[in-house]
Order: sequence, then C-alpha cells, then structure tokens
Amino acid sequence: MLSHIVNRVIGMIAVMFIVLTTVFVIVRLAPGDPAAMMLGPEATPEDAAELRARMGLDRPIPVQYVAFLAQMVSGDLGESIFFNRPVLEVMAARAEPTVFLTLFSILIAVAIAIPVGVVSAYTRGSLFDQGALSTAMLAASVPSFWTGLMFQQYLATHLGWFPVSGYGGPDASFIQRMGHLVLPSVVLGIVNSALIIRFSRASMLDILSDDYIRTARAKGMTEWRVVMRHAFKNALIPIVTVIGLTFALLISGAVVTERVFNLPGVGSLVVGAVLRRDYPLIQGTLVVVAGLYVLINFLIDMIYLAIDPRVKF
Amino acid sequence: METSLWRTLTQRRSVAVGLVILAVVGVAAVFAPLLAPYDPDAMSIRDRLTPPGADWWLGTDEFGRDTFSRLIYAGRVSLTVGLGVAALASLIGIALGLIGGFFRRLDPPVSRLIDAMMAFPDILLAIALVAALGGSLVNVILALAVVYAPRIARVVRASTLVIRELPYVEAARALGVSTPRVLVHHVLRNMVSPIIVQATFIFAYAMLAEAGLSFLGVGVDPATPTWGTMINAARQYVGTADWLILFPGIAITLCVLSLQIAGDGLRDALDPRISKEL
Repeated sequence: MLSHIVNRVIGMIAVMFIVLTTVFVIVRLAPGDPAAMMLGPEATPEDAAELRARMGLDRPIPVQYVAFLAQMVSGDLGESIFFNRPVLEVMAARAEPTVFLTLFSILIAVAIAIPVGVVSAYTRGSLFDQGALSTAMLAASVPSFWTGLMFQQYLATHLGWFPVSGYGGPDASFIQRMGHLVLPSVVLGIVNSALIIRFSRASMLDILSDDYIRTARAKGMTEWRVVMRHAFKNALIPIVTVIGLTFALLISGAVVTERVFNLPGVGSLVVGAVLRRDYPLIQGTLVVVAGLYVLINFLIDMIYLAIDPRVKF
Repeated sequence: METSLWRTLTQRRSVAVGLVILAVVGVAAVFAPLLAPYDPDAMSIRDRLTPPGADWWLGTDEFGRDTFSRLIYAGRVSLTVGLGVAALASLIGIALGLIGGFFRRLDPPVSRLIDAMMAFPDILLAIALVAALGGSLVNVILALAVVYAPRIARVVRASTLVIRELPYVEAARALGVSTPRVLVHHVLRNMVSPIIVQATFIFAYAMLAEAGLSFLGVGVDPATPTWGTMINAARQYVGTADWLILFPGIAITLCVLSLQIAGDGLRDALDPRISKEL
C-alpha cells in the first residue's frame, strides 16, 4: 500500500512536470515578440526591450525553461503585466466567486444526479429511466452559456426571482454575494449533473446484479435496506471518482458561466488576460487549475484506497 | 457486417432520428449557396430586427441580415470545426496511443503526457492555445485537436495493450512483419470501432467548445458566422429579439444531441455488452 502511494506521488510529480512544460511551450508558441504583443502597438522598442529583460525573454530558451521551472516550484507564479501585481495575489482576489460557484454547482449536480441515477437504475427500462437518460443527454448537449442566457432572461429579468448579473458591488455582504451565485450555480449544476446521472445509473446497475444483493434479498431484507445499505453504499465509490473527474468540466463551465453572469471570478480573469495578452497571468492560471485537478484526483484516489476494502496493493 | 451494423443502428428509433438530423444539417451545409434564400452578409437596415415571418423565415439581425441564411452558412463553419477537430485529434491520438501501448518503454512517458493534457480544462487550454496561435478558423481547429487528442490516445493505448498480446500479432512479428506494418495492419485495423465512437463524441464536444470560444470572444473572427458567434452577437438583443439567440442555440443543441445519440448507438451496436450496462 505504501509503495502504491509513493508511486502515485511520483506519477503526480511527473504529470505536474509535463503540465509546467506544456504551459511554458504554449506561451512561447506565440509568433513574434511576446513583449511587444503584451504592450500593444503604442509601445516603443525600448519599452519592449525593458519588458523582455524583466521577464527574462532575452535569455536563451533552455535558460528560460530552467528559470521558469525553478520559479514555479518555489511557488512564484510571476507578475501580471496588466495588474502589475503578483499573479497569485491577483488570482486570490478573484477566487471567491469561482470557488463558491464550483462548490455550489457540484452540490447541485450531485443532489440531482445521484437520486435520479439510483431510481433510474432501480426502475431500469421504465418511463422514468428513459426520461432521465434523455434529459441527461439533452443537458449535456446544450451549450452552458445558452442555458445561462435563457435562465437569466426568463428567471431573473422577467420573473425577478434571482439577481440578473454581477456580484453585488463592493459593499455587498457575504450573503448578498452568495445570492448572486444561486442562478449561475443552478445552470452549471444542471449541465454537470448529466455525466454523474449516467455514471450513477451504470454503477448502480452493476451492483444490483451482484450476487450479494441477491443473497441480501434472499435473507428477507427489506428492499429499501437492500438498495440503500448494500447497493448504494458500494455504488458510491466509482461515483466519487467521476465527481473528481468532473472538476475540469466544472472549471470550463465556470469560465463561460462567469462571462454570462458578469461574475468577477478566475474565469473572467483568464478571458481578460487572453484578450490583453497578459501571458504571465494566463500561464499562472493554467498551472494553478491543472495543479488543482491533479491534486483533487490524487486525493480521490487515496480516499478510494481507504474506503474500498477490495482495493489492495 | 456493414449491412448488419447499419441495420442495428437504424433499428433504434432515436439513433435513426439522430442520423437523419445530422444528414439534413450536413446536406444544408454542403448546399448552403443553393438553399439559403438570401446572401448571408447582405444587409437591409430597413428590415433590421424583423421577427420571423413569411419573408424572413427566422427573422433578421441588427443589420437586417437573414437569420435563416446565416444559420445555414454558420452550420458550414461549425461542422467544419467539428469534423476537422475529430479528424486531427484522431490522427494525433492514434499516433500517441499506438506508441504508448505498443512500446513498453515509451508507455510511462506517453501515459503521463496523456494524464497531464487531460488535467487542463478543455476551454481553458483551448483559449490559451488560441491566444498564443491567434484567433483564426485553422488555429481553433488546431487548438481543439490538441485538447481532445488525449481522449483518443487513451482509448487507443488501452486497446493496443490488449491487442499486442493476441496470438495473431505475435505470429505476424514471428514471421518478420515490420513493426509499422504490424501497427497499422494488425493492431490499428482491429480498433477502428472504438476510435470511430470516440471521434463521434469529440465531433460533438468540439462543436460545443467552438461555440464556447466564440461566445467568449476568443474563437474565430467574430465576422465569420458560426453558431457561437451568432449567439455572442445576439446577447444584447435577448428579450427584444429572442429569435437571434434561440435558433443558433437550437441548431447547436440538435447537432450535438444527434452526434451523442449516434455515438451511443454506434457504441451499443459495436459492443452489445456495453449496451446492457448503460
């Protein structure tokens, strides 16, 4: 078991090394002088030369690469050109809406998907099952920004049930700010529930056909107890893994949902960075988000190891 | 076998409907100049923001351009992106997966590369790549192909690991067949089905991602009509000219839904074991 954990940690470090290399390559893929592009057409050659020197872009590529790796490993993500502040500081200031949007969306997705998936598997082939599968497929096919715009128009603008957009302004209380996240979270939650519904259903179907379920029924156990205590508990393990894998999906969804609802989160920060060619901010965001994904999936793997007695190394 | 696959596919009503929708959209895209009642770029300020009716079937936009004609032409671009990404991602993914699955020593680095690429959220990686390469149609296809190639690579690698141990591969190698020939004729040929299924889903995801990139303003040139750029341009008219946002949204949804149904149907037809599980 210990050797598995050590191997997993080594694998995680290798993945992070490739993530960093990929980010380094992406930023240098830009044709022409990145410094001149970042500064825009009004910059003088002296300004560009100064920025090149400040960012170390005047050094040979291998030297830049080693310096970049050393900088990232030490936790320094560089300085945003536009904000003129450390990338980590800029990201931290914009993290709240994204963190809570992601958290609420996953809670909504799980609250919808697990009961629907379980009932769907239990009533396999029924009208409910077919309806649930069709709805899940439809939810995965609609662009999340389109759903967001529709919900915003009809539920917020027409009916006035939710704030239309924004994050409540600088004086808004925590509760008011969270109120602005309800509709975006519902949109993102519905879209992301699709995958979890399909996995919950498949996982439950798998378990319900196992011998020990038949044995539990043969022992005269109530159906509720068989489904909830024996089947659901075991079906939950692969579902947890899928929830971890949906993290990347959620972040992608958050980027566009933040734009629809005008939320000042990390998603809108990165879109702004792309439009302004703020490369240090783009690379910092990529590293943090990919790093979080790797870490979350590592933790889920460890939880899996702890809660599933069948997994032995 | 092909006839029975076709029969299995079309026997399921949902798959048949999905295939018909895809065929209609495909034909409309190919014959856009013949089917579009107006020039998609022709402006008529007098008719701006006209609701759907007899003259303008799906209404007009803020410049008085015909929404129906633009929708057909936009379909061309959106389908080109989907098809281009699916083809290019398959090429890259097949090469990576075959290398990782067939050559034991190269498997760990290839697997780590696949894991690392999948750690990036698709839209985030795509916008970073488009930011670096520049926002053109070709660059959007390239960026999305890089984003989705690891999904194909994962499937190909897993299948290669199984196939390389089969007796006929061993026999071919014992007979002195060259490694590239073994890879293409004996390994790749026997995993075409899962690749096609995965490519169908990537086609769908790429259309959604292109729409997302266009909506964020970091995709193709906003002047190029795609379903995504149409929705982005229509944002400010939600509530006053809903048809501008409604029809491109329905077009994307129908296409993606049809592709997903077709992908599911294809997977079930090719592997009946899975259809029982899902």
